[in-house]
Amino acid sequence: MDFAFLADTMGQLLAVTPLTIELWLLCITIGCVISIFVTWARVSGVPVVSQLAAAYVFVFRGSPLLIQMFLLYYGLSQFVWVRQSFAWPILRDPFNSAVISLALCTGGYQAEIWRGGLQAVPAREIEAGRAIGMSRLLLLRRIIAPNALRQALPAYSTEIVLMMKSTALASLVTVWEVTGTAQRLISQTYRTFEVFICAAIIYLVLNFLVIRLMRLLEYMVSPHLRGRPSTVGVPGLAEAGIPKAIVPGAPPEHAASPVNLPEVPR
Amino acid sequence: MSGDRGVAALSVSDIRKAFGGVEVLKGISLDAHEGDVISILGASGSGKSTLLRCINLLEIPDAGTVTVAGETIRMKPRRKGGQEPADHKQVDRIRTELGMVFQSFNLWSHMTVLQNVIEGPVHVLHRPKAECIGEAEALLEKVGIADKRNFYPAHLSGGQQQRAAIARALAMKPKVMLFDEPTSALDPELVGEVLRVLRALAEEGRTMLVVTHEMGFARNVSNRVIFVNQGLIDADGPPEEIFGGGGSERFRQFVSGLHK
Repeated sequence: MDFAFLADTMGQLLAVTPLTIELWLLCITIGCVISIFVTWARVSGVPVVSQLAAAYVFVFRGSPLLIQMFLLYYGLSQFVWVRQSFAWPILRDPFNSAVISLALCTGGYQAEIWRGGLQAVPAREIEAGRAIGMSRLLLLRRIIAPNALRQALPAYSTEIVLMMKSTALASLVTVWEVTGTAQRLISQTYRTFEVFICAAIIYLVLNFLVIRLMRLLEYMVSPHLRGRPSTVGVPGLAEAGIPKAIVPGAPPEHAASPVNLPEVPR
Repeated sequence: MSGDRGVAALSVSDIRKAFGGVEVLKGISLDAHEGDVISILGASGSGKSTLLRCINLLEIPDAGTVTVAGETIRMKPRRKGGQEPADHKQVDRIRTELGMVFQSFNLWSHMTVLQNVIEGPVHVLHRPKAECIGEAEALLEKVGIADKRNFYPAHLSGGQQQRAAIARALAMKPKVMLFDEPTSALDPELVGEVLRVLRALAEEGRTMLVVTHEMGFARNVSNRVIFVNQGLIDADGPPEEIFGGGGSERFRQFVSGLHK
């Protein structure tokens, strides 16, 4: 093992890791905004609008992301009117092209995830909201959205992990992020194995953090899906003949108990 | 019931409703006065739940009007036939005056019992939260689940969930309470705890419409019994009259069928 080489490679790859993170953050954020509009269009109830949204999802889910990226970066430049348009300064930059194509693609996937979440909201709970006099907007904000978000989180976390890995495709439109830099190091050293192992470790660590954060978020937003709160009082009380009780006003005592998630309907 | 007690708390007039060509309600009218406890009985499929759901417009009646405390819900004709609410804001406002309790509780699963109860007063009626919490605690005390205030619905028994749902409806201070088979989804041993709450509410003088299969409740707690058969009111009167042989032939068959 050539530790000096490994350390040197790792150092060079870590130096460009912020670029990978930047690509990822930008594409999932912009993609999230896109997906909210697409979902809204999809469930709008207006036939033309919802069909357009469905077509968007179909196109961006149904074709390879790499081809979408190539079309955007290499393909569009073949048209004179694109090169003369106001968007050209943005589109000619490889980083921007990569962010746009990644965002467009994940926007389609995320829209589908939100739609699944919306469908999983129990109709009864919506009905209870209507019966109590909630307006449509209030119903969406207080009942539907929290429910749908909770239902969508596991799929959403998978999607953003996939997007972390998809940022590697940006290397093919000349963005020198982790994968692109790894390939350049390989072409200089011909040590494919060591360099790619270093790159893989970086992605693993990044995704480990993402997955952990999403688990934490899931845990925080689903107290109602955890185990029944313990009614066991302070040790010794039972022996002393004092009935087990929950102190009024005290928060449920299940925060320390192991997570006990029932099957989430998908 | 005579009209000499002033404006009816709730008045429905000639309600009709069809689902896919099948007429479920064929023109039902009834007035409920303040303090009336009306049990609505009927075989399954007779249209009694649909009637209740038409009152707060969870189902839009094809024809007929609903009037709550003198205010009639404005309807306009729909192009495809039938009618639809003319003003959704009015519907939302009138719904706040009609407390609905569902067969399967329909509590909001992501909120604790207390959050369920204060949700309407705080977010629909825009009342101060601290005040609502105080009232909610009193209501939970009344229905006997004050110790469960920080529990989520999934952690409660059916009877506890239904009592929480009743507290949620009461928190809106509705003029009329609508109960849609409130004990039908409960295990037999849990029915009693919910019926006790219903009886206590009746004794307070609340105006209540209760779709139920509990003959004991209809006979002993309500002051009026309505028997719905095939989309029409078949018998209507005080329980002693209806159960004492004054009901229709269909009603006698219905009751004897229950005791087989």
